[in-house]
Amino acid sequence: MSGSNHSVAGESHGSVKSYVIGLILSIVLTVVAFGVVMSGDFSKMAAVVTILVMAVLQVLVQLILFMHMNTKSEGGWNFISFVFTISILVLVIGGSIWIMHHLHLNMMAG
Amino acid sequence: MATDTLSNHMAHADEHEHHDAGATKVFGFWVYLMSDLIIFGSLFATYAVLSGNTAGGPGPEDIFELPFVLVETFLLLFSSFTYGLAVLAMNADRLGQVKAWLGITFLLGAGFIGMEIYEFQHLIHEGFGPDRSAFLSSFFTLVGTHGLHVTFGLIWILVMLVQLSTKGLNDMTRPRILCLSLFWHFLDIVWICVFTIVYLMGVLA
Repeated sequence: MSGSNHSVAGESHGSVKSYVIGLILSIVLTVVAFGVVMSGDFSKMAAVVTILVMAVLQVLVQLILFMHMNTKSEGGWNFISFVFTISILVLVIGGSIWIMHHLHLNMMAG
Repeated sequence: MATDTLSNHMAHADEHEHHDAGATKVFGFWVYLMSDLIIFGSLFATYAVLSGNTAGGPGPEDIFELPFVLVETFLLLFSSFTYGLAVLAMNADRLGQVKAWLGITFLLGAGFIGMEIYEFQHLIHEGFGPDRSAFLSSFFTLVGTHGLHVTFGLIWILVMLVQLSTKGLNDMTRPRILCLSLFWHFLDIVWICVFTIVYLMGVLA
């Protein structure tokens, strides 16, 4: 029975400890980002950078501690498909913002 | 002796097949989630491009109430945690605990959706519906798509609770619980991005 438990997962198992650590880290990161924005003590640039860093960290925390993503499960294909998807996202989101920003500037100039 | 070995071998092969079938289902679901991520990425790109176009209507800083959204964020975060405990209970073969944690996850998720419906309804009532400006169209599309996903996740949790009651934990229900766990954690991760990019950065601007 324990054999079949292990097999179905196809990924490493969490423990209560890893979920609790993930929860605490997520709460801290959320509260810090929220606090930075609500306090208004920071310059806009500093606040934007801080909340973006908090978001990336929290995404990583949840990917690793909640979803148990690693570079080995399914012979690495979980991770490779993730990296591929992120590359597409960078192109789609970064490209859209880049192009539309320049279009906006050109329209203003014209 | 020979039959013994054979049957052992057969049993082993059988187990191996289960292994592959379950793991393949979860991996296939992972690939689906990656394609879903592309959908959300496109909606984020749309929002990023259109969020400044308020057409004389309200901007993000005028209509978002961060403390309200923070509560939504915590509801979803805690539901992600309780779902993790459901998976741990499944690994320990404790059917009753699995159902209990799934039930709590459902309640937290339902609370999230309830708050989101209230927020949407409130905005539309104020005249700030998706037809007001490009900013609001892209806002409702992005956040609404996420809310729709969570709603389908809630329906899925109910279906799992029924299946666990009738079939228990077996080779069919276990991979489904794992797929749903990936789906649920995934939605929490997407929400972190919504919370940061739409709400927090919106109020900063």
